Formats: sequence, C-alpha cells, structure tokens
Amino acid sequence: MQPAGARSAGHTRERRELTRPMALKLGAVDNMKEQLKKRRRPGERVIIGSLFFAGAISIAVTVGILWELGKESLLFFTDEVVSVGQFFTSTVWQPQAENFGIWPLILGTMLITVIALFVAVPIGLASAIYLSEYASPRVRGFFKPLLEVLVGIPTVVFGFFAITFVTPILRDIFGTSVVGFFNVLSAGIVVGLLIVPLISSLAEDAMSAVPSSLRQAAYGLGASKLEVSLRVVVPAALSGIAAGIVIGMSRAVGETMVVTLAAGASPRNFNLGSDSVFGYILSPFEAAQTMTGYIAITASGDISYDTIDYNSIFAIGLTLFVITLGLNSLSRRIVKRFRQEYD
Amino acid sequence: MSIEAPERPVQEHFPTPDEYAGLLSKRTRRAWVVQMFLLLMLTIAVLGLSILLFTIIDDSFGNVATVNQVEPEEGVVLAGLDPATTSFGDLGKDELVTALQAGINRNVGRRLEREQRFYEDRLVFEPQASWDELCASDDPAPGCTSSARDAGNVSLLVQEQVIEPDIIAVSGMVESLLNPAAFEEEVARDFAVNPEKYPDYTFDQVRFQWRAWFSWSFITSPASATPEIAGIRTAVLGSIWLVAVTVLFAVPVGVGAAVYLEEFAKPTRLNDLIQTNINNLAGVPSIIYGMLGLAVLVRALEPITSGSLFGTGAPNGRTVLAAGLTLGLLTLPVVIISSQEALRAVPGSLRQAGMGLGATKWQTVRSQVLPVAIPGILTGTILAVARAIGETAPLILVGAASFITQSPSGPFSQFTALPIQIFQWTSLPQPEWQHLAAAASLTLLLLLLILNGAAVILRNKYSRRIT
Repeated sequence: MQPAGARSAGHTRERRELTRPMALKLGAVDNMKEQLKKRRRPGERVIIGSLFFAGAISIAVTVGILWELGKESLLFFTDEVVSVGQFFTSTVWQPQAENFGIWPLILGTMLITVIALFVAVPIGLASAIYLSEYASPRVRGFFKPLLEVLVGIPTVVFGFFAITFVTPILRDIFGTSVVGFFNVLSAGIVVGLLIVPLISSLAEDAMSAVPSSLRQAAYGLGASKLEVSLRVVVPAALSGIAAGIVIGMSRAVGETMVVTLAAGASPRNFNLGSDSVFGYILSPFEAAQTMTGYIAITASGDISYDTIDYNSIFAIGLTLFVITLGLNSLSRRIVKRFRQEYD
Repeated sequence: MSIEAPERPVQEHFPTPDEYAGLLSKRTRRAWVVQMFLLLMLTIAVLGLSILLFTIIDDSFGNVATVNQVEPEEGVVLAGLDPATTSFGDLGKDELVTALQAGINRNVGRRLEREQRFYEDRLVFEPQASWDELCASDDPAPGCTSSARDAGNVSLLVQEQVIEPDIIAVSGMVESLLNPAAFEEEVARDFAVNPEKYPDYTFDQVRFQWRAWFSWSFITSPASATPEIAGIRTAVLGSIWLVAVTVLFAVPVGVGAAVYLEEFAKPTRLNDLIQTNINNLAGVPSIIYGMLGLAVLVRALEPITSGSLFGTGAPNGRTVLAAGLTLGLLTLPVVIISSQEALRAVPGSLRQAGMGLGATKWQTVRSQVLPVAIPGILTGTILAVARAIGETAPLILVGAASFITQSPSGPFSQFTALPIQIFQWTSLPQPEWQHLAAAASLTLLLLLLILNGAAVILRNKYSRRIT
C-alpha cells in the first residue's frame, strides 16, 4: 500500500517547509506559526462538500416523499367529492361511484398481514431457535444460505407462485365453490413465506447476542437444552424477536406484487350491521383489495394527472407511509426500551 | 429484568428410582418432540422455497398440444422447395419472403413492409411509386427510414402470419417426462367432451410436441401478442438499461454519502438527522418510491426525463431515465448502509497511520481507507442492484409500458422490464402466458443467481482480514 500522497509534489514541499523552522532563530516565532498554519485546500473542501451533498440527498428524498404525498392528498381532501371524515369512517370503496372510504382497503391489508404473521411467526421463530441453539455448524451452513436465497427472490415471482401453485392447491382442498380464484388466504400464505427469512434472521441475531454465560448458568443448574432455549435465551432476546416481528409486519403491509396478483382487485366493501363478521368480513377465501393493490392497479392503467383517481392513490400512499413508518419506529422503540445490556 | 424467586416448593416426597426414570424419560421425550417441531418448521420454510423453484422450472418446459393453420411443411412448399429435402428451419431469407408472399394477402404485406422493409434495395409488397409518395409525405412510415428485416425476423413473421400456431393445451415438465400419454388422453377427452371449445379444428390436426418455453430464442425474441412466438428481448434490454441508470446514480451518491457519514461527519444534529433518516428510508415500502417517481420524475421533471429539453425523446416522462432514477432512489439507503458497514470494518490504525504520515483526512480516506473497503462496498452494491432488478411495484407506478415490441435505445426511450413482463403475463388468464411467465421468472432468477454469485466470489477473494 502506498502511503498517502507520497508521490505528490504538494507533499514534498510540505515536508521541506516543516523542516525549515528548525534552522530559524528564536525571534521568528510569528513567522513559524504562520508556516505551521493549516494550508487551505480548496479542492478538498469541494470534495467534502459534495460528499455532504450526497448525504443530504437522502433528506431531499424524504422531503420529496412527504411533500408529494401531502400535496396530492390535500388536493384529494379539498375536492368536494370526499371529506376527511368520510375517508376514515366509510366502509365502502367505490371510486366509480365516488365512494372513498378507506376501511375496505385497510381490512384487506390487515387480513393478509394477519394470515402472513400466522404463517411466518411460527416458522420464522422456530427456525431461528433451531439455527441459533440446536444446529451444528454444518446444518447451519446448509440451511442459512437457503433462507438467504428466499430473501433474494423478487416478489413478483412469489406472486406468480401464489397464482399457479398455492391458489389451485387451496381450491383443491376446500373446493372451488368455497375458495375464489382470487383469495386472501393464498396471498397471505405467500406473503408469510416471503417474510419468514426476515423474521428468522432478525430473531436469530437477537438470540446469538445473548451472552453464553446465561446459557452456561442454566446448564449448570441442570436445565436441558430445551429449557435453556425456551426459558432463558428466548426471554432474554425477546425485545429483538418482537422488533423482528414488527418489521416483518411492516414488510407485509407494504408488500405489493403478491397481493395484487393473488388477492384480486375488488375491495371488500362491507356493512358492519348487516354483513356477518366471520362469514364475509373476515373470510379468508374471498377476494379483497389492499392499499398497495389499489395503488398498483390504478396506476397500471393509463392514469391521467389531476383526476380524483390520481389524487386518491396519494391519499392511500400517505396512509400506508404513516402506518409503515409507525411500525418501523415501534420496532426501534422496542429494541431501545427493552434491550438487556449484558456485560 | 428483575428476577423474582418463585416460592420454593416443599418437597415432601422424593421420587423413587423408578419414578425418577419415568420423569426423566418424559423430559427427554418432550425435548425430542420440541426439537423435531423446530426442525420441521425450518424444513417447511426450505420446502416452500423448493416448491417455488420447482413450480417455475416445471412450468418452463413441457409438452404442448398445437394446431397449425398451415403446417411448416406446407410453408416449405409455399417457398417453392421440396419438404422432403428441406425443413422449415433451413429456409433462408429469400425463401421465407417467398413463402410470406404466397401465404398472406397483399394488404397485410404492405402493412408489414411499412413497419419495416424487407430489403434495402427493393420492395416486395408495395409498388415503388406509392412507396416514394408515402415516404415523401409529412407522415412517413417507420419503414422508410429503418433498416431491413433480417432472416430471423422474417422467419418469425412467417410463423406468426402463415403457420399461425395455436397452442390449445399445455402440461408441466414432470408430467411430460414421466407420463406423456396422460396429457394426450386428456386433450383427446376434452375434444370428445367439449367439441364446442374447438370449432375450427379436429383432433387429428393436433400435434403434440415438447416445448422449452425457456430457450435462447425466447430470450432473444421481442415481445408479441401471440404467446407461441413471444419473447423477452425487449424486457431484458429494458432491465439492463434500468440497471445502468440505477448504478450510475446510486453508487456514486451512496458511496459518497457513506464516506461522508463515516469519515467526515461530526456528531452534529444535522448529521444525526441524516443517519436516522437513511435508516427510516430503508424501511419505506417500494411502492411509495414509485409514487415519488411518478409525481416528481415523471410528472414535474417531464422536460428532463422525457428528453424534450435536449430535443429528443419520448412523448412523456415515462422513460428509462425516470424509472432508473426511481430505482436509484430506492436502492440508495441500502447502498449507503452497506457501504457504511464496509467502511466501519476498516481498522482505525490504518487511518491513524495515514494521518501520522501527514496526510490530510481526504488523502487518508482516498488512498488508505477506500481501497481496503472497496470489496465490501462492491459486495453490498451488487446485492442492492440485484434487489433493484426484481423490483416491480415502483416500475408499475412510473408507468413501464405494458406492451412494447421496440427495444429501448437510450435513457429517453419508453421501455418495459423483466419483472413487469412477468407481472403482465401472470395476470393473463390463458395457461400459455403462465408458462411464459415461468420462463421469464427463470431468466430473472438466473440473472440474480449470477449477480449473487459474483458478490460471493468477490467477498471470498478479498476477504483477507486486515488486522
């Protein structure tokens, strides 16, 4: 490795300047000070300035997101067709009939997220416990890369998988009259599969951060491996595990392609009084549209600017942004608040 | 965590050796059961992955039942050759043009010639006089200026216009290999039971043949509305253009930001804000970036992204440039965070040594820190780019056109991309399109595999620890 700037002319000159004061008389202290003063380097200032600018672009991105979502949402709510109250209370989403109540879309998102968590939390946590506490290095070396492969697969491919494999299987099991071609269950299961590696890797990180002295203490008291894992390591890593689950949830809420392809494009409009809660509202076998699904479907057509449809996707986007931001900061707060400091 | 000691149970009865053995075996059994449960869950996750990959490969190949309007042998006859000695694949461009002339009517031929001409020096369907008139008019046809069609293109035209293959049923790879007869029986039964589904054909016309949906010609053919000849060249080229723009934007900016935050930033409020902000951005759903791209890059900056400011380009801002920058913004936080990790892994002693020799901070960073950190930065960047290639939702928002047969030619052209193509095909109901989507997915996965492999090799090659 070359020492920094060894060959540059500037460097040699600097060295000469530094040696010269040795020969100076005592009276020339002021002069010496002057020479030892930091040399101005305008080139470097420019470089550091542009590095700072690169960092500041991320701020511009956030500002841009907030500004555009806010501006278009404001246009949406100031339109006489829809009011903020109606948007957040109505349970009918029919853009054609100018009914904009966000609850059917939130319902769709919630259903899929809950199903996804039912799939992903047991599988993800169990995998994490096994990999962190039980697996030999060889077994770990086999399973860990496979889970990482799962992370790398694009979500649209998961969507293809949902349509061509999971949905037909579900329709075979429960009957084609019960399960619709587009249904929430298929989308939920596949989104669950999608977030398994996320939850398992975050949980595993949390568990391997638990100091081994805790494990050894428990073993010393006669605990079995099972007791050590479930009663010592998991509770000690609980904050990290919970944070991982919340992150997984945020990911499921923001997931677009699987739900667009597998869950259908019909918002599940409901009426709290007359529709049966478990028969229709929460039914996993029927189609539902999610917030992300609505945005994707609406934007995939030729959408013209400054229409109510165009503005509505921004109002939904803002809601989605707030929800995911809330979940992400919740997870960070969990880690901060409940983290155990072991030393 | 406060540990509360549970009340100590008063042990009145100690287990006898027999009872003790029972208790112990119960405990071991429970441990075994739970361990098996954990392993089972892990296996389920891996099984899910395997089934997913299997589904894609299974759908990418398989037997198909095809009905041709004109059999390829007749196509050879149309070209004026003997089908006994020549097969369709051997036909050259001139013979193919002859077959096309014989097989389609004049008006269709003129339309094709106006799209793109067959020969540079002569016309096939259009009379010279009307062609000259057309090209001299205010609105000349694209064929007036573009180069001539090549043999592969003409061959595709003959297949599309003359042979007109129609795939009426498809099966998966495993079924085709293990039990090909079942598929033929199934089609025959369908002909017998639902004759109204096939008004134009009889069962005798059906040909069963092996078809690799994923093949070289699939990768090199342009998109088409006919599933039998549709390919992904346009989409692959679109994805390559997108990645180029993404990398050109995200890598310099991302690495620059990481260098600033790791090496120069003093812990001021502003710098803390930047760091927190980057962590937050990494968690924003990709579709939100798509909305940012739509509102700012496609709409507000339309003069720039459509290229009209530079005098060229597309009718609107839905171009490679806008989409590539959107993906760049999306990738940026990931690039920054992974580059920061790579920089953090550089031991401080290197920096101190550099500074101790009298180098300035920037000189130290440039000549000492960055060279050591570059393998790590590259690995992180490749992984981030691999993620960007698979992103679909933001591209839908910025309006990747659904059906384009023209390959993108620069940053200002309209485009489609591989994941968009998969999305479009998957949402179509006919099974042929599903198989095309599978083949396109396979292409995408192989592309990602190559990129990830490159990242692993890079990591292993340069992972000498500097201590």
